[in-house]
Amino acid sequence: MDPATMIATISIITAGLTIAIGSIGPALAEGRAAAQALQALAQQPDASNTITRTLFVSLAMIESTAIYCFVVSMILLFANPFVDVTALGGGG
Amino acid sequence: MEISPDAWVLYERRGLQLNATIVFTWGVMALLVLLSWAITTRLSEGETVSRWQVMLEVVVTTIRDQIDEVGAADPARYLPFIGTLFLFIATANLLTILPGYQPPTGSLSTTAALAICVLIAVPLFSITRRGLRGYLKSYLQPSPLMLPFNLISELSRTIALAVRLYGNVMSGTVIVGILISVAPFFFPILMQLLGLLTGLIQAYIFAVLAMVYIASASRTQRKNDPEPDAEHPRTSREGD
Repeated sequence: MDPATMIATISIITAGLTIAIGSIGPALAEGRAAAQALQALAQQPDASNTITRTLFVSLAMIESTAIYCFVVSMILLFANPFVDVTALGGGG
Repeated sequence: MEISPDAWVLYERRGLQLNATIVFTWGVMALLVLLSWAITTRLSEGETVSRWQVMLEVVVTTIRDQIDEVGAADPARYLPFIGTLFLFIATANLLTILPGYQPPTGSLSTTAALAICVLIAVPLFSITRRGLRGYLKSYLQPSPLMLPFNLISELSRTIALAVRLYGNVMSGTVIVGILISVAPFFFPILMQLLGLLTGLIQAYIFAVLAMVYIASASRTQRKNDPEPDAEHPRTSREGD
């Protein structure tokens, strides 16, 4: 296998692993946050404005962990810096 | 596939490149400036108030209330900066309903520039409020051992601000692009609706986080100098 193919293969596999493993934690955390918010809403319906706003903000902040993984995998797939290295004849 | 509007060059002449990011940023800026100019030249204090003025007043007072809720002592000081950040990002994200428009916040250059604005604004607001000594002392706050961690957190939260906004907007664009080739017509519209919601929430989060950083850096210590406005009076508000 020549270096370019090897780098492409490893990049694709790593991109898949990145988004797969990286989305487990945020998924669990978002579920937990939503469950707690529902419980709080059921107990205190008067505070629904504050709870909903805080929920949205914290969901977006939890989600940013998964977004970082997504950005890394997109960089690996579409803007891989190591593809140019092999194209220039280096590496290997 | 392109993951950034930077690569889409609209105009090129003698080494001068105008890519989609710059053009759409100028478009959003022009829209905001023209709209607010047209409204504020015809402000009235009388009994009849134009509906545009009502809209602007609602926007400005809501932003000021939100800044006040985060815990800044003096919302009017921070209103121009925070309000501009929120309105620019929200407009840039919401204009995706226009066909052919690429949000400039989907490019890492724009979001990095916005995050650097926050990075510079934090010490500026803090120094004008507490003085240079007070600002530098905040780096040694719990103990001098924490100095490197404070410096690292200053940098890492700037990068996190930039990448969070970029990743959210860019992922919306990429997912719509993938869905158009896989399942056209229906699902891309749903994802774009979701993208409008995400864009607005991200604009809110960016502004709130910038305000939290500024407020935590420019808060005066309570035990050392008993200023009257250090313990700002919290006005009670019903609902939101």
